[in-house]
Amino acid sequence: MLTIKNYVKAQSLSEAYELNQKRSNRIIGGMLWMKMSNTTIQTAIDLSGLGLDKIEETKDEFSIGCMVTLRQLEQHKQLNLYTDGAIAESVKSIVGVQFRNLATVGGSIFGRYGFSDVLTMFLALDTQVELFKGGIVSLADFINLPLDNDILVRLIVKKAPLKSAYLSVRNSKTDFPVLACSIACLNGNYRAVIGARPGKAVLVEVSKSFFIEELQGNANAFADYVTKQITTGSNMRASAEYRKLLANVLTRRGCEKVLELMKAGGKKK
Amino acid sequence: MKYINQPVRKKDAMQLVQGKPLFLDDLARPDSLIVKVLRSPHANALIKEIKTDKALKIPGIEAIFTYHDVPEHRFTLAGQTYPEPSPYDRQILDRHVRFVGDPVAIIAGETEECVNKALKLIKVKYKVLPALLDFHAAKDNEILVHPEENWRSLCPVGADNKRNLCASETDSHGDVDQILSECDVVVDQVYHTKANQQAMMEPFGTACYIDAYGRLNIFSSTQIVFHVRRIIANALGIPKSKIRVTKPRIGGGFGAKQTAVSEVYPAFVTWKTGKPSKMIFTREESQIASSPRHEMEMHVRVGAMNNGKIRAIDVYTLSNTGAYGEHGPTTVGLSGHKSIPLYRDLDAYRFAYDVVYTNVMSAGAYRGYGATQGIFAVESAVNELATKLHMDPVKLREMNMVRQGDIMPAYYGETANSCALDRCLARAKEMIEWDKKYPYQDLGNGKVRSVGMALAMQGSGISSVDVGSATIKLNDDGIYTLLFGSADMGTGCDTTLSQIAAECLNCDLEDITVLAADTDSSPYDSGSYASSTAYVTGKAVELACTKLIKRFKKFAAPLLGRDYKDLEFDGKRVYYPETDESISLMDIATKSMCGNEQALEVTVSHSSPVSPPPFMVGMAEIELDKETGTYELIDYVAVVDSGTPLNPNLVRVQTEGGLAQGIGMAMTENIQYSEKGVLSNNSFMQYKIPSRLDVGTIRVELESSYEQTGPFGAKSIGEIVINTPSPAIAHAVANATGVWVRELPITSEKIAMGMLEQEASK
Amino acid sequence: MILSTILNGKPIKEEIAPDLLLIDFVRSHGCYSVKRGCETSNCGLCTVFMNEKPVLSCSMLAARANGARIDTLEGLQKEAEEFGAFIADQGAEQCGFCNPGTIMNAIALFRENPDPTDEEIKEYLSGNLCRCSGYEGQLRGIKAFLAYKKEGSK
Repeated sequence: MLTIKNYVKAQSLSEAYELNQKRSNRIIGGMLWMKMSNTTIQTAIDLSGLGLDKIEETKDEFSIGCMVTLRQLEQHKQLNLYTDGAIAESVKSIVGVQFRNLATVGGSIFGRYGFSDVLTMFLALDTQVELFKGGIVSLADFINLPLDNDILVRLIVKKAPLKSAYLSVRNSKTDFPVLACSIACLNGNYRAVIGARPGKAVLVEVSKSFFIEELQGNANAFADYVTKQITTGSNMRASAEYRKLLANVLTRRGCEKVLELMKAGGKKK
Repeated sequence: MKYINQPVRKKDAMQLVQGKPLFLDDLARPDSLIVKVLRSPHANALIKEIKTDKALKIPGIEAIFTYHDVPEHRFTLAGQTYPEPSPYDRQILDRHVRFVGDPVAIIAGETEECVNKALKLIKVKYKVLPALLDFHAAKDNEILVHPEENWRSLCPVGADNKRNLCASETDSHGDVDQILSECDVVVDQVYHTKANQQAMMEPFGTACYIDAYGRLNIFSSTQIVFHVRRIIANALGIPKSKIRVTKPRIGGGFGAKQTAVSEVYPAFVTWKTGKPSKMIFTREESQIASSPRHEMEMHVRVGAMNNGKIRAIDVYTLSNTGAYGEHGPTTVGLSGHKSIPLYRDLDAYRFAYDVVYTNVMSAGAYRGYGATQGIFAVESAVNELATKLHMDPVKLREMNMVRQGDIMPAYYGETANSCALDRCLARAKEMIEWDKKYPYQDLGNGKVRSVGMALAMQGSGISSVDVGSATIKLNDDGIYTLLFGSADMGTGCDTTLSQIAAECLNCDLEDITVLAADTDSSPYDSGSYASSTAYVTGKAVELACTKLIKRFKKFAAPLLGRDYKDLEFDGKRVYYPETDESISLMDIATKSMCGNEQALEVTVSHSSPVSPPPFMVGMAEIELDKETGTYELIDYVAVVDSGTPLNPNLVRVQTEGGLAQGIGMAMTENIQYSEKGVLSNNSFMQYKIPSRLDVGTIRVELESSYEQTGPFGAKSIGEIVINTPSPAIAHAVANATGVWVRELPITSEKIAMGMLEQEASK
Repeated sequence: MILSTILNGKPIKEEIAPDLLLIDFVRSHGCYSVKRGCETSNCGLCTVFMNEKPVLSCSMLAARANGARIDTLEGLQKEAEEFGAFIADQGAEQCGFCNPGTIMNAIALFRENPDPTDEEIKEYLSGNLCRCSGYEGQLRGIKAFLAYKKEGSK
């Protein structure tokens, strides 16, 4: 059972940061995972009064506040236009609408959960994380930082020429993924992110020359390459071996989809 | 008919849809002590020392009980007719804990918070013993789950605690080995089903208080009020006269609440402290320490001639009852007795079983009660047989399935007097367009669509055991009260039994008030389980109403100056047809309340010497991705013969709901234990029951027969409906891939890996 | 701490514990329609509206409802009765324990998308588990209700 001694709705990020330096204090995001833990929190720090629940778009980037809910991501027209609907696809299987109305982007990313669809999705994009103290770091770097007492303020998704696709396999429709896969062609480079390995998502990137010079658009080879780069493990949902198989198939399919999108995009112009 | 076979609304429907406070935790007294139990972290251990002094000092803690405080005699929590076939192998608390989750101490306090605190402060030292976790190794293992001397088995079921045997038996007819050796084709396979959870939406819960007479009142979410009275009397060692058991609306049961999972703990607290108490299980407790389906492994041999004639079926079932024996000796029987009789004219059959103790959660009763497991095995084997014979499995069934009028030797020699299985099969085949779709269609994009099928049967009550009773009485104004002991757990029996009464008494449904499942006021009923309520208690209602009408006539006879045999009753009045002289029901009611010595109230008890099986056919269509092994259920067609459907809406929804549970069992609901015996599937996050996105489209049709012994021709519906999805979906998967998944659930991984193995062996 | 909220239209101001969950707060105010079916945010039985949006009250601190408007089925009795009758006509309410949460979320769906497809209905309600009905009867009831509403608006 979760026990909380004090609750503070932070008036400013610096107040939240100060409070968060004490080990027994915790920032609460959507609180969905935290609620299931059997811990005692001295002070729960709520960021919901700081206007961080907005998705803002400029010419160069999307800024996604840490308190933006997964449902907001799912329903955001421009973000989904930019990602060819991949963002909506990545969150739509997460439990249900009521859950997604609570779960936050900040909580999903900060926890660096192995099963996270959200992390798998954003890792494929040119995503940065703004930390209150640590400043702006790339998401790829962030996920390898140790869990600390900083605050994840927002995600910054840099706009660049992009085609993307999101695929996952689940034992049932609203379960955690057995394997998640996000594929993007970003600035001409090909990226595959494999999540729910079941470990934390990993990014494999190749430059555009991979396709043109070596393999001439061969999604199979890309899939084989990506599968070799990643390791998978076993847990109650599937074995390492089956995950390898899925990583290969999903990467290839995602890649084919992205290539198709590129073709279609090219034709339109 | 006015009410029979009519889709009337449930009497409680509008209150339920408006979310009124009708369930246990809505109605428990607000001053109830909160009761929780400390649970064992070990699969097999002896308590060396247990210290409660610190925990007792937490403000608000009322009492903490350990094995020192409880009676030493053993009892069973199984809701069964006395003498129970389930062994007496439990104490309220025991020094020997036998699975991860077994209660170690009972804590009662004023608030949830203080009880949680106290739980953490109880210090227990265990002597951890090696645990017996593999049920294959249980029989005659040196680790004994129940080594104690005061273990008792009340019935001759082949139980022996010194061999880890909860039951053991063989039943046969003819020489199976000989006949199988004569068969052209024999399927010989092993099938494995898991200990699925009923996962009703309302967890287990019980509230208790002492009434004006000093009696222990147990208000519980239970299917079996009368059995709970006995169980609590046994557990606490107090007279039954001191106990009353009632129930509120029940948030689903499916057999889970046919075992007294939560009752003993608050009952003990209230009896000891004199204070009201309640215990509401968490979902985790409902998952790890309750009464799930018995895990079973079935070795099946089916033999046939090249022309498709099935000649012999041999089933050996190994059933895992877990740490305690609730429903162990009885569930296993259905795995053979309700699968083998689906096939007629067998030259021989054999059905043998062992039920073993292990150090995992105790099993119990779950919809289908062993038939589900057996039908997965036998129907899978028959489907495999069809493949081996290169014969359409529908045709194989048409040749061999049981038909109306057949004597069923493996079903206790009963005759199938009402059986529309042939019509069910024909209709299901039509609905799913079997001939067009069997075995599969390649969609050309790596995806395949395929179909699979299964037959099923169940029973209607336990023959010559189950008792259903009804009391019907006339009140002022000519309205009625109907009393019975069955428990409506969402199934709608309060309504269907009222429909029977209203039909018999020719009155409005509104004029029937129901008072059900109260051990102080209800006439005796075994309880709502074993598909008994509509068939057994329903018949009691019909008989009681008929008798009451006769009573009306006798009451009216002197008033009309006629012989009662010449009088008629039309619902509103008793009259003499020739002259149309009459006395109204309202006048009879009024007169019965003044200077009267004839009770206008009748009680009838009923029991049936037979248990007529309902029958059904299920057919599944799936779309399977050959690269990943993932598949979706596209369409599930089911045609059911439950005799006369008393309420077609409720029969339909029972069927759809049972199918969805069966689909969960087939596709996603897994049970996984760690090496130390810890259950991983301890929540709805890790035990995946189907959401509405997982079940595809379910289409149900009713193909009625008429069962002479049932009320208005009705048979049961509640349980049979869960039996077809596992074999039908496994069959569809095999038709798509050639891979037979013989262990549930049928995951995409098993399919994909099976296909790889198949490739490799080519 | 002091919680100030509007529950089913009525302002409430009271001292609460910081870790009080919204479900326990509303139940303590007589909103017994709000049920607890799990501890892992999976079943949807505890669905309430916070500022019109369906959320899981078992997974939310009551403190977070400060200044917000909370609605439970107790505050939506007319809609519950009108729509619930269509579920009742299918017999699909069955045990009734999941009904309040499902009906809450269905009302949220109708407000957000008055003319949903079958697939949209299933997706929106996928976080509302039911173990009795197999979902088909609920879908029939929802569709019958939507058809009735459409007819009425003509």
